[in-house]
Amino acid sequence: MGTVPSALKHCLSYQHLLKEQLWIGEPAAPPPALHPEQEFQISGLPDYVKIVEVGPRDGLQNEKVTVPTDIKIELINRLSKAGLSVIEATSFVSSKWVPQMADHTEVMRRIERHPGVQYPVLTPNLQGFHSAIAAGATEVSVFGAASESFNKMNINCSIEESIEKFEEVIKSAQNMNIPVRGYVSCALGCPYEGNIIPAKVVEVSKQLYSMGCYEISLGDTIGVGTPGSMKRMLEAVMKEIPVSALAVHCHDTYGQALANILTAIQGVNLYKVMEAGNFICTALNKKTNSKVAQASFNV
Amino acid sequence: MGTVPSALKHCLSYQHLLKEQLWIGEPAAPPPALHPEQEFQISGLPDYVKIVEVGPRDGLQNEKVTVPTDIKIELINRLSKAGLSVIEATSFVSSKWVPQMADHTEVMRRIERHPGVQYPVLTPNLQGFHSAIAAGATEVSVFGAASESFNKMNINCSIEESIEKFEEVIKSAQNMNIPVRGYVSCALGCPYEGNIIPAKVVEVSKQLYSMGCYEISLGDTIGVGTPGSMKRMLEAVMKEIPVSALAVHCHDTYGQALANILTAIQMGVGVVDSAVAGLGGCPYAKGATGNVATEDVLYMLTGLGINTGVNLYKVMEAGNFICTALNKKTNSKVAQASFNV
Repeated sequence: MGTVPSALKHCLSYQHLLKEQLWIGEPAAPPPALHPEQEFQISGLPDYVKIVEVGPRDGLQNEKVTVPTDIKIELINRLSKAGLSVIEATSFVSSKWVPQMADHTEVMRRIERHPGVQYPVLTPNLQGFHSAIAAGATEVSVFGAASESFNKMNINCSIEESIEKFEEVIKSAQNMNIPVRGYVSCALGCPYEGNIIPAKVVEVSKQLYSMGCYEISLGDTIGVGTPGSMKRMLEAVMKEIPVSALAVHCHDTYGQALANILTAIQGVNLYKVMEAGNFICTALNKKTNSKVAQASFNV
Repeated sequence: MGTVPSALKHCLSYQHLLKEQLWIGEPAAPPPALHPEQEFQISGLPDYVKIVEVGPRDGLQNEKVTVPTDIKIELINRLSKAGLSVIEATSFVSSKWVPQMADHTEVMRRIERHPGVQYPVLTPNLQGFHSAIAAGATEVSVFGAASESFNKMNINCSIEESIEKFEEVIKSAQNMNIPVRGYVSCALGCPYEGNIIPAKVVEVSKQLYSMGCYEISLGDTIGVGTPGSMKRMLEAVMKEIPVSALAVHCHDTYGQALANILTAIQMGVGVVDSAVAGLGGCPYAKGATGNVATEDVLYMLTGLGINTGVNLYKVMEAGNFICTALNKKTNSKVAQASFNV
């Protein structure tokens, strides 16, 4: 296709810029079964994996550029049309700490709410929780960490103190039948402490789960995990929490994410997700970090 | 550390620019065993994996910039000191087709030959083979493909015709006790034909192996494979060729390489091809990456407690050298995460 001038690029629909695609195929089509003997199953794989899309919150919060509210809303709307069932929309933290999410109320109020799609938001404390509910949130998340140092540096309190705050949020949420998702950061390593023992991850996860979180997302916050450490950590956690209540949140900082996810797991429309990705990267004037998108997009 | 001016950067040794490293640790140190119950083994993993470093050939051949001979030689010399046991040095193809490798003879003659390190070179035909031997090569490689269209577009002949050419090379090599490695491209997909059935991969691999190749490297040439297609292909090939003679050459164009490599080693494959700094783009997906980065593979294998004998720091150093020379950013995520400028 050659180089397309920026002005023209915006006029062309995304499809025209996609290379002729042999490899992505029909949306959500299962691979063709050729011959009974050729069918295969890598042992223990689930039939279905739920993708929790965290781009609009975890993603945009960690980009260098603060994104205009209209762009955020447009991104979330495009993702809603991609078949995703969960899209983390924003974060009700003080704009003093996280200015990139200062427009949380406006975002929450103005996004299209598609049927069958959840739009959880972060609520680190009761104040944030109430603002979230007032803005129309119907699912919230709380963030624990398996490292004392990380907690201290990030939210200036100990693990125990943070758990107390979350307990208030979870209690209020339960009173209103609002589901709460729990995150455990530093599950495979901490930027301050280094290695994190699985027992610590188990301890924090168990607390969040027993307080009432319906799902625990175990986060490799700095992407240092490898399939071995992922397996070891999951084996420990799965002794205490049913696997159906677990999720993994793998950062790709060391390129290990897919291998770690594969280890963790032993229908979403990819084109539309790529389309949404192209939109936000154009808006941010940056290159996508998705290799599938790099390989498929023709400019 | 802040931004370091380029002029100063060259004066500082690489170590000073590395962030304080919690995650890479001592070279090739196994992870500490904490408690007997906590020791683990992902089932079926080998104790040792051989890395075949293809950066200087497959990597540099697919870079936009043609690299000066001195730089190539320096890169290979640095890699030789990193503990790698196999470094693919160059390619004895006609410079009309592959101008980036036109200096093959000079490269072969001038690199330091470290004891215990093999320096295989590509030899697509008898003429190339003879030039390689004359230049001091002691191991050669031949490249087949599991796709007729790919063969036709790449080397302008059918699979059958190419096999005949390789047979001449392999026979001559055997007469001289020169080991031959066989590559099978498009093992998980072809840029022209799309899906490739495992039976085709088996057919070509079997031919190369029975003709005398000591090892068959199965290449996901355009990086479209996923753990499922890797497993299906390997299951078919392993019915005909012992797993000890198999290697995987995974491109990372769609970000799947480490997952595919993990799948392969769980099935018993003990040889992995990779390129320092993930050198080499993909000629079939403009702007996309190609080879998986050696640094990223080493990081995963080290984390699994698998021995490779390779010093990750020295590979990163070599990667930093070549990327500076090429004025490009490394494709290795481990290097990106570790290097502080």
